Amino acid sequence: MIPLSWLIALSAVVFAIGVVGVLVRRNALVIFMSIELMLNAANLAFVAFANQMKSLDGQVFVFFVMTVAAAEVAIGLAIIVHLFRLRETVFVDEIHLLKG
Amino acid sequence: MLAALFVGFAALLVVTSLMVVLHKNPVTSALFLVLAFCSLAGIYLLLRAEFLGMVQIVVYAGAIMVLFLFVIMYLNLQHDVETGLQIAVRRGIGWFVGVLMLLTGAALLKRGWALGPANEVLPGAEQGNVAAIGRVLYSRYLFPFEITSILLLVAMIGVIVIARGRSRAHAAGGGAGGGA
Amino acid sequence: MAALWSIPAVQAATWAFVKAMIILNGMLGVVSYLIYAERKICGHIQARTGPNRVGPLGLLQPIADVLKLLFKEEFVPASANKVIFFIAPILAVFPAIVTFAVIPMGPPPMFVVTDINVGLLLFLAMSSLGVYAITLGGWASNNKYALLGGLRSSAQMISYELAMGLSTIPVLLKSGTLSLVGIVDRQAGWYQVIGPLWLPNWGIFHWYLVLPFVIFLITAFAETNRAPFDLPEAEGELVAGFHTEYSSMKWALFFLGEYMNMIVISSIAVTLFFGGWHGPGLFFGTNGWLSEGPPWMGLVWYLVKLGALMFFFIWVRWTFPRLRYDQLMGFGWKVLLPASIVNVLIAALWLYAREVM
Repeated sequence: MIPLSWLIALSAVVFAIGVVGVLVRRNALVIFMSIELMLNAANLAFVAFANQMKSLDGQVFVFFVMTVAAAEVAIGLAIIVHLFRLRETVFVDEIHLLKG
Repeated sequence: MLAALFVGFAALLVVTSLMVVLHKNPVTSALFLVLAFCSLAGIYLLLRAEFLGMVQIVVYAGAIMVLFLFVIMYLNLQHDVETGLQIAVRRGIGWFVGVLMLLTGAALLKRGWALGPANEVLPGAEQGNVAAIGRVLYSRYLFPFEITSILLLVAMIGVIVIARGRSRAHAAGGGAGGGA
Repeated sequence: MAALWSIPAVQAATWAFVKAMIILNGMLGVVSYLIYAERKICGHIQARTGPNRVGPLGLLQPIADVLKLLFKEEFVPASANKVIFFIAPILAVFPAIVTFAVIPMGPPPMFVVTDINVGLLLFLAMSSLGVYAITLGGWASNNKYALLGGLRSSAQMISYELAMGLSTIPVLLKSGTLSLVGIVDRQAGWYQVIGPLWLPNWGIFHWYLVLPFVIFLITAFAETNRAPFDLPEAEGELVAGFHTEYSSMKWALFFLGEYMNMIVISSIAVTLFFGGWHGPGLFFGTNGWLSEGPPWMGLVWYLVKLGALMFFFIWVRWTFPRLRYDQLMGFGWKVLLPASIVNVLIAALWLYAREVM
């Protein structure tokens, strides 16, 4: 039996790594990948609690999160591709035309 | 036994997530993320969510990451170059925020120390995890399920319109505006 | 030692390991002789003999091939990404071998390595992972032709994966379980088709599973990159596609992976649609009327069906011309995907009507 605290701690660690990835990296694709890491950390917390409370609601919600994440990745990557065609770069600090 | 397997998968997950964030080559980051998803699927299997574990591999590792790899190869991205004082300062701030978050999480967890129950009865053994999820998904969560299908359709249409490119978008601008 | 053996988990794990080793080595042997069989059959289809020099009837040809491949020079392109270049062939073989763990080759529990209750989903997951080998192999070679071949092949594989998954849903509806052992168990016995006609209760003899089987077979050709869908590795069109820069054992691993994939998909087709290890019931079958044969008879039936399906794979390769890439993608998305969705609808309606009436 896996203690719940271990699972939540793991979820928190992966989430923190995702946050660091979003803040530290310049490449838009790697930032996107870190966002996926954060989503998966949240999924892990859902499944951990579903296991703890013997309810399936957590697992169903993870199913929906996965679907929405898939849709979000598709659109996000399309936007990044379009941006690359316009600006020739994927580094987020070089895309500053709207800067005041 | 279960705890040992969990510790193994958890260590793999943490190490590969760190490598995703730290490695300079985007393709290698993507591959480490695939490995992270697979170890997460292993953890789901340990938590008796076998349907979710398999769907994680099919959807995340098998489709979303392939999409990432396609885009990285299409854009022909090389190693990230991250030099310069400004970027180093930003990096320092980023790591500081991350460590701060981790310490906050650890402090909160120490307060509310939640252990699992002493003895375990396995709910999914009689009727199977997939059947149970199906029963719940099509009764209580039918409305979100249908809305999700519309969401996916909208996403598909959006991707096709966005990724189509400038020249054809300009030429078909009137037609798309009238028809869409 | 005896105390360790008394723990049931240790016993189960050891038996699973032994069975996995037997299957692994057996399948490697089967793959090398499958390559020999392909060359022989190809030769006879083309009105020539095929290999017949090495050993009697050319039966030692695979051994000669393996020795040649082992001693060839390994060549890694200078500006290729070394690590990914190294991993890609391994990724080609690994998902196929993992799927063997859930396929029932005879009456359980002896002839199955492990019976997980989402076996069909495991197969779909592993076929999704198989896309990486070709994508990474094509990219890591740092070669235009290889990259093009790799990307084409990955796009083809992920397009046909959808239709393949959807075409297995009518089987799931009929059997009510995702476990492959369960699906095979529900194909036991006889099935009254109409009036006096009794057929074995295999999947294919139910009318609403015939079209899903056809779709599954076509998508199986596309998933394993075999003709008529083998444009990504077409000789003469793209040099050698994604494995242009690979030589010696790495190329051999890609080749092995392709044949292993073929065997795995044929095994899944046999399990889902042809009754797995069940015989047709008469005399030497292990189910039904005059049955009660020995358990290893199940394994024999499974191998016979597998052999027939693989002969069909080889036959199709040397009979049909290659599909052009846009025809291929159009066919996958515009014909097979709607057809498999309609199949799910028809199967669900029929099963519901049969249950209600």
